[in-house]
Amino acid sequence: MSNIALPAIDQSTINKKEYIFKKLKKLTSSENVLSHEAEIKPYETDALSAYKQKPLCVVLPENTEEISNILKFCYKENIKVIPRGAGTGLSGGSLPLQDAVLISLTKFNKILEIDFENTCVIAQPGVTNLSITHAVQHKGFYYAPDPSSQLACSIGGNVAENSGGVHSLKYGTTTNNIFGVEIVLMDGTICRLGGKTLDQEGYDILGLICGSEGLLGVITEVTVKILKKPQTVRAALIGFPSHEDGGNCVSEIIANGIVPAGMEIMDKALIIATDNFSKAGYPRNAELLLIVELDGTASEVDELIKKVSEISKKNNSLNIKISKNEAERLSFWIGRKAAFPACGAMAPDYYCMDGSIPRGKLAAALKEINELSKKYNLPVANCFHAGDGNLHPLIMFDGNKEEELKKTEEFGAEILKMCVRFGGVLTGEHGVGVEKRELMCEMFNDNDIQQQLSIKKSLDNKNLLNPGKVYPILRKCAEEGRVHVHRGEEKFPDIPRF
Amino acid sequence: MSTEEKKNFQTFQDSNNAYKPLDEREASNFIKEVYSKNLPIEIIGTNSKNFIGNKLQCAKVLDLSNLSGIVEYLPEELYIKVKACTPLSLIEKALEKNNQQLAFEPIDFGYIKNFKSNKGTAAGQLSCNFSGSRRFKTGSIRDHVLGFRGINGKGDIIKSGGTVVKNVTGYDLSKLVTGSFGTLVVLTEITFKVLPVKDSINTIAIYSEDSKIVTKLFDQLLSSSNEISGSVYIPNEPKNNNYTINREKILKFNDLKSEEPFLALRIEGSKKSIEERSKEIFKELELQKMKTSILDFYQSKLFWEKINSIELFSGTKNNLLRAVIPPAKSLDLMKHLKNNFKYYIDWCGSLFWLEVLDNENEKIEEIKSIVVKLGGYLTIIKYSENFTSDIDLFTINDTRLLLSKKIKESFDPKNLLNPGKMYREV
Repeated sequence: MSNIALPAIDQSTINKKEYIFKKLKKLTSSENVLSHEAEIKPYETDALSAYKQKPLCVVLPENTEEISNILKFCYKENIKVIPRGAGTGLSGGSLPLQDAVLISLTKFNKILEIDFENTCVIAQPGVTNLSITHAVQHKGFYYAPDPSSQLACSIGGNVAENSGGVHSLKYGTTTNNIFGVEIVLMDGTICRLGGKTLDQEGYDILGLICGSEGLLGVITEVTVKILKKPQTVRAALIGFPSHEDGGNCVSEIIANGIVPAGMEIMDKALIIATDNFSKAGYPRNAELLLIVELDGTASEVDELIKKVSEISKKNNSLNIKISKNEAERLSFWIGRKAAFPACGAMAPDYYCMDGSIPRGKLAAALKEINELSKKYNLPVANCFHAGDGNLHPLIMFDGNKEEELKKTEEFGAEILKMCVRFGGVLTGEHGVGVEKRELMCEMFNDNDIQQQLSIKKSLDNKNLLNPGKVYPILRKCAEEGRVHVHRGEEKFPDIPRF
Repeated sequence: MSTEEKKNFQTFQDSNNAYKPLDEREASNFIKEVYSKNLPIEIIGTNSKNFIGNKLQCAKVLDLSNLSGIVEYLPEELYIKVKACTPLSLIEKALEKNNQQLAFEPIDFGYIKNFKSNKGTAAGQLSCNFSGSRRFKTGSIRDHVLGFRGINGKGDIIKSGGTVVKNVTGYDLSKLVTGSFGTLVVLTEITFKVLPVKDSINTIAIYSEDSKIVTKLFDQLLSSSNEISGSVYIPNEPKNNNYTINREKILKFNDLKSEEPFLALRIEGSKKSIEERSKEIFKELELQKMKTSILDFYQSKLFWEKINSIELFSGTKNNLLRAVIPPAKSLDLMKHLKNNFKYYIDWCGSLFWLEVLDNENEKIEEIKSIVVKLGGYLTIIKYSENFTSDIDLFTINDTRLLLSKKIKESFDPKNLLNPGKMYREV
């Protein structure tokens, strides 16, 4: 397990833990407060399992009023609070603290209203992303943001992390797909932001809350926008002889006025690994594979497929395969979705990075990552959300060799710094959490960070809600930033990640 | 402060004119100065929308019009970075050369103010967050601001976001600043997402004065997979000479019977795709039973420009209101308005632009309470000379006001930037 600096432990909280348990049981019910070692162990980490810490206790409230009362009590008693959704986050955003009460939202698991007329669904935060689509698909609707963990991740967690997915290039991330939330502030104040209208008047506090990683309030209800499914969806598999050709093709597709629903790339290491793993039928002779998905009306998709094929040929594509039907389209994605597990089969351990760069720098980024791979003598496999410039390099290493873990950490930090140098940002979609916290100063200066901390202070003046996340504790650029997977023992290893 | 800057600042102090910084650093120094002296400031650009919001009486005026120009435009990366007061017309001209447009549809308030086009500046558009007809389909300004640089109320230069689509690390301040009417930061640089312009446009006009039919059409269009990018309803106008202009003068098109109430919907894409979707829409909405007409590319382009310039209310001396409600509530609001008001509906049933006569000010409060009851909000965009009501120009509730005050204080602890522009307390 990696070490990381966490906020100073408040011994007075630990000293009065029996009093805290007793009070919490009164504010909800006895069975909703877990404090025994075995009960709280499952909550000691989220999907960034490199970091583990048991909380003081876990509370499973059942309604907003209970949350409000729990927060009021914690605020009065100066007790830290960590909110947690499904625990599938990859940046340690819900890593507990020894002196903190962990509020799990798993009992908030109901869809409260489906309103087709206003194209929205009101859900409690513990409802999974995919079950929203399941609830509305009988009328041809769906919820657009599709993080690959959508089977398990919760909508509240999606709001906290501003989750994206393969289709965010065209349909945006969570922040572009929600109408409103109900949140409870650290002092217990219940606020409704937005509703069923487009935009809201006054400060866009909804926009502030979305992506705030549980630092500003506990989300207790989410109103999401639903969309009608496109009439036609088709995908193209395109192989390239070099990274440059593939990178140029991505830029040229966009420059030609085409905005695909999704545009993904994988390098040779992953083409082979995923093809071995899932028999997806990928072009094994290619150095780079591009998957382009296009949607719209039938004739529109036909026109776009034709244009994409022409651009690919111009950029020296080796082969182009267009999906003929829905089954074939889905088969194109099988390998891509298996990228992470396939990587797990190639090496004892891997670190998953998450950074974002301008599209035009894709080839340069791949080149630099490969050079770094040689420098550190560690193999790396790359899969990118190319349309968004969102990188997920997977560094392979053997965690049993101490020096390799350290080298991997240095390698990972260099990749994230490269992202910032290329004009990108530290995180595409996994959030900052504890993972990239100390790298924030690569992107932001003191003024920027101070302004963000002032906002935090204005809504949580005692810094009790999810402290130690997002903003540097050490205030120096520590070299961190990865998801550690040992022999496939990632938390929820069966959930696809991409 | 350099000697030159000191001289510039001194001249401003002596003459009491608006201070016009040449760059971000000068603006930052100015705010540091007013911060130390507790002087509230009004922030202005080119004044294209200065009639919106509460009137300010500030000790000083900060004129940002010198901060103008395109900093970086990368068409293949789908973004444009501009200085805050870059005229929108200049931005649109640059994008047009690459067959691109802003990812949001801007609103032109020039006709309301002065009978001619004036979309103002990048910062002005961002500060208001009023988006045009494409909003319900593609998002508003807040959805397409990738990043910004600006100065907070203490004079600190801050930034947020970036130039990439997945742009947010830390809190998403770009969203917070959008629609804040200059009360949180003085903007100095903005990065907008841009998108390709669709090959062609077509508009189908459907004639009906039956509000039930109209709202049913809105409902069907909102749930349609035929990707409608605009849907507006222009009802009958009340007969009253107190309106500055009437619809038949503004909406004069060969293929539009503008004297009749009609719903217009916009289809954008390749010609083939438009043709295919038009057919689908006719089937989906059963339009063969209704009276319709088609506006071709040129007529369509002009028609939607007029809609997004709110030209139907050009030069109005009356009150102009903007109400946003859940789309399924449009029938309720229409029933209330009947033919007693001049109004039209945009955003597929969600957005009502509405004129209230100068001598009927008391009706504003009544409409606002209905809008709020329907789950919406109302903004008094322009108020008439005789407007005396103490009604808030913007809608807010107590909890959100409390939060807004806290957020305002975190950016502008002394309440110096456009104080009271939106709410008296913020």
